[in-house]
Amino acid sequence: MSVTERLPDTADTRATGGMVDCDVHTALRSPDAILDYLPTRWHTHHRTFGGNGYYGSKYPKSVPNAARVDAWPGSGGAPGSDLQMMREQLLDRWDIDVAILNPGVHSGGSRNLDYAAAVASAINDITAAEWLDHDERLRGSLVVSFEDPPAAVAEIERLADDDRFVQVYLQVRTTQPLGHRKYWPIYAAAEAHGLPVGVHFGGNSGTPITGAGWPSYYLEDHVGNAQSFQAQLTSLVLEGVFERFPGLRYVSIEGGTAWVPPLAWRMDAAWQRLGDEVPHVTRPPSETIAERVWFTTQPIEEPPTPGDFLDLLDTFPSLVDRLMFSTDYPHWDFDDPDHAMKHVRLPDGAEEKIRSVNARALYGL
Amino acid sequence: MGEVGIGMARPAGAGIVDADVHCTVPSAAALFPYLADHWVEQIRQSGFSGASENAYPPGIPTSARPGSAPGDGRPAGSDLDVLRTQVLDVDGVEAAILNCAYAVDTIRNPDAASAIASAVNDWQLAEWLEVEPRLHGSLVVPSQIPELAVAEIERLGDDPRFVQVFLPARSAVPYGRRDFHKVLAAAVERDLVVSLQYGGFPGNPPTAVGWPSYHIEEYVGMASVMQSQLMNLIAEGVFDAFGDLRVSLVEGGFTWLPSFLWRFDKDWKGLRREVPWVRRPPSEYVHDHVRLTTAPLDLDTHRPEAFATLFAQVGGADVLMYASDHPHLHADTGDDWTSMLPEDARAPVLGDNARAFYRLNR
Amino acid sequence: MSIHVVARLDEVPPGTRKVVEVAGREIGVFNVDGELFAVRNRCPHMAGPLCEGYVSGAVSSTTPGEYHFDRVGEILRCPWHQWEFDMRTGQSWFDPARVRVRAYQARIASGASLVATDEAPATTTDAAPPAEGMVPGPYVAETYPVSVEHDYIVVDLLSR
Repeated sequence: MSVTERLPDTADTRATGGMVDCDVHTALRSPDAILDYLPTRWHTHHRTFGGNGYYGSKYPKSVPNAARVDAWPGSGGAPGSDLQMMREQLLDRWDIDVAILNPGVHSGGSRNLDYAAAVASAINDITAAEWLDHDERLRGSLVVSFEDPPAAVAEIERLADDDRFVQVYLQVRTTQPLGHRKYWPIYAAAEAHGLPVGVHFGGNSGTPITGAGWPSYYLEDHVGNAQSFQAQLTSLVLEGVFERFPGLRYVSIEGGTAWVPPLAWRMDAAWQRLGDEVPHVTRPPSETIAERVWFTTQPIEEPPTPGDFLDLLDTFPSLVDRLMFSTDYPHWDFDDPDHAMKHVRLPDGAEEKIRSVNARALYGL
Repeated sequence: MGEVGIGMARPAGAGIVDADVHCTVPSAAALFPYLADHWVEQIRQSGFSGASENAYPPGIPTSARPGSAPGDGRPAGSDLDVLRTQVLDVDGVEAAILNCAYAVDTIRNPDAASAIASAVNDWQLAEWLEVEPRLHGSLVVPSQIPELAVAEIERLGDDPRFVQVFLPARSAVPYGRRDFHKVLAAAVERDLVVSLQYGGFPGNPPTAVGWPSYHIEEYVGMASVMQSQLMNLIAEGVFDAFGDLRVSLVEGGFTWLPSFLWRFDKDWKGLRREVPWVRRPPSEYVHDHVRLTTAPLDLDTHRPEAFATLFAQVGGADVLMYASDHPHLHADTGDDWTSMLPEDARAPVLGDNARAFYRLNR
Repeated sequence: MSIHVVARLDEVPPGTRKVVEVAGREIGVFNVDGELFAVRNRCPHMAGPLCEGYVSGAVSSTTPGEYHFDRVGEILRCPWHQWEFDMRTGQSWFDPARVRVRAYQARIASGASLVATDEAPATTTDAAPPAEGMVPGPYVAETYPVSVEHDYIVVDLLSR
C-alpha cells in the first residue's frame, strides 16, 4: 500500500536523466492558424459562430493571454506559439529533458459538440505536426471533446498509437463532476490504451465558478480553481471511478497540492460514517488517492513559514511519489525550476522524484 | 434516551463552551404560535410542511447521535432536555451556541421566507433561549433576500440572547458581494457574529463543476464551499470595510485552511491591484476576524502527527472553537480527539476562544 | 568603484527604459518624466527579469469599489508573477519591509564632468558631492564610451 510505502534509497533515484516539465503550454499563432487543420466544413463556422461558449469574458485578467510579459515572441504570435522561444526561455535554459505540451486551445467549453470535436482533432494534429515533429524533448497531451464522450473516445482511438501523446487531456471546469457516469467511456478508453487522464486548470462549465455562486474577481477565479479540483477528486473517488477502472491513473494539473492530505482525510472520515451510500467505494479514499492520483506542482503553495510545506508533505508521505514538477510556461504564474521548490527544502531523493522520476514512471518516458 | 452516547467522552476541564449545538424545528405546526393568522391558514390549507431540506437526511449515521432523538417521533435536536442531558449538564460545560439550520433559504416566496424566519426566531427565543440561559442563539434570516435579512436583524438583533446571524454556506451569490454588505453592516452594528454554516439550497450546484450524485460528496464538498465563501469575503474587502466584523465558519471543517491560505496569499501578492481594498495578506484577516469550529474534525485519532501539524498550521490555539455539533455525530470516537490538543491550547480551544469571540462574559 | 556610466541620456528618453549590465549584474534604468530610476533586473521572488515587466501606477483604495490611481510610471511589475515594486525604494507593495528589490541611485552627469580628470573624482550635473568610491574618468570611459558633449546616466551601485 502506497500510504506506508517507504521511499526507495536515495541512490535508486539518482542518474535518471534530467528534469521533466509536466505542464507547458502551446498556443496558436493566431486564431486562424487552426484553419489548416480544420475540415473545410468548419472554416466559415470557426470565423463566425465559433464554439458557442457558456460565458462572456468573466474578468479582466492580470495580463494578456495570462502570459508572462516577457514571453511574447518577436514574430508577433501569442506566447507559447514559438518553438524557438520556448527553447530559449525554457527547454535549453533549464536543460529540460522532457516537456509535456498542454495546448492552450481546447474544446470543452463549446456547446456545439461537432465543432468541439473538430477543434480537438485539429489541435492534436497541430501538436504533432508543429511541435512533436520538431523537438524530441516534447510530448503531447491529447485534447478531447470531453463533454461528448463518444467523440472523445474516437479521438483517443485515432491517435493512441502515436506514443508521443502521453495522456488524455481535460479541463477542470466541466459541466458535471468527472465521476459522473457520463464520462466513464473516456476512462475506459484511456485505461485500454494505458494513458493517464490529466485534468488541467480552467475551463467553462456553464455554472458559477464556485459552489457559492459567482465571485467578483479574477483573483477568486484563480484561487478558486483549487476548489474545482477538490470537487473533481471527490467525485472521482466517491463515484468509485478508480474501482470501476482499475488501470486508470489520474493527474491533477495546476490545481495545487497542499490541499490533498486534508481532503483525503476528510473523505476518509466521511466514508467511515457514510460509506453505506456508496458501496462501490471499497477502500479508504486516502489509499486510492495515494495510489492512483498524481499532482503537478505549479503553482506551488508558498506558506509564510517555508517549512510548513514539508511538514504537511510528511503527514502524507506517499505524495512524494506522486508530485511532478511543472512550470506552466509561458503563463504568468510560471514556477521557475531553480526557485519554485527552494523553500520546500526537500530531502535529496524526494527532489529527484518530483523533478524527474515520478513523471517518467507515470508517462513511460 | 438521555444516555450519553458511546464514545461521547467529554473533554475535561472547566468553562467549556460548545460552539455548535443544534435545535430542530419539529414541524411546521410548532411555528403556528409565532406566525400571523394569515400564514397559519396558508400553511394548513396548502399542506405546506415547512422548509424542507435534506442537508442531514434523518436516519443517516451523521444526523443523530445515540439517544439524541426524544423517542416520541420528534426529530433529533428538537428537545431541550435531551440537549441538557447530552451537552449542557455534562461536567465542565458552561455554555453553548445554539444554531437552528431551518432552511428558509429554500422558500422562494420572499414573504413566506421572511415570516417563517421570524417565527423560527421567536420559537427559539420562547422555547430555548428564554428557558435555558446557558444557550446563546443564532438568528435565522432569509439570506437569499438581503433587504429582508436586514429587517429581521433589525427586529431582533439587539436582543442579547442572540449572538450571531446564521447564513447557510451554500448561496446563490457569495456573501462578500457588495449587495450583501448591508447584512454584514446590520450584524456588525449590533455586535453580532456572522456565521456561515453547513448547508444551503440556493438552486445552483454545490460545486463549480455541477451536481454531484451523492450526499457524501456534498458533505465532503462543504469544505470547498467554505473556502469559496471565505475567499470572497476577503476579496471583497469586508474586513476593512467593517473593521469589527467577526465571522464564524461552522461545521465545514478547518484542516483545509492552511493550504487555502498559502495559495490565496501567494495569488494576492500578484493580483492585489485588482482588489486594492485588500490591504493585508488574506491570512491576516483570518487570524483577526475568523473563527472555525472543530466539528467535523476531518481526521481520526489514529493520526496524531497529522493533527499536530495541521493544528499548528491552522493556528488552532487562536482560531479554533470546540464544538460537539449535537445532535450530529461525525465520528464514532466523539470527543476523544481533544486528548490530542496541546496542553496550552486546551483552554483557548475548549472555551476561551468562543467566550471572547461571542463576548459571553459581558 | 560604485559609480558607472550606463547610457547616454538620449538613449533613454522619458517613458522608456533600458536594461544594462553593470559590474556583472543587470540593471534596468527607467526615465519617468525626466526623473531617473535604476532597479536590479532580478525579482526577489523567483529571479524573474523584473525590469521587463509592465510599468504602471499605484492602485490603492480605502473602501471596496473605490480606486485611487496615482504615481503613474513609478511602479514596476514583474513580468512573471506581477509582484509590484516601487521604483523609488525597491520596496514591494505587499510587504515593503521584507520584500524588496535592490534599487540604485541614478542621475544625469555631463560628459564633461565624467572625463574631466584622472586625479579628482568626477562631479555630476546635479552638483552633488562625489560619492565615496567614485571612480576617475578613464575607468568610466572604459565602461561606456563617454564624450564631453553629451549627458550620461550614471548609476551608483552602493547607494540606497
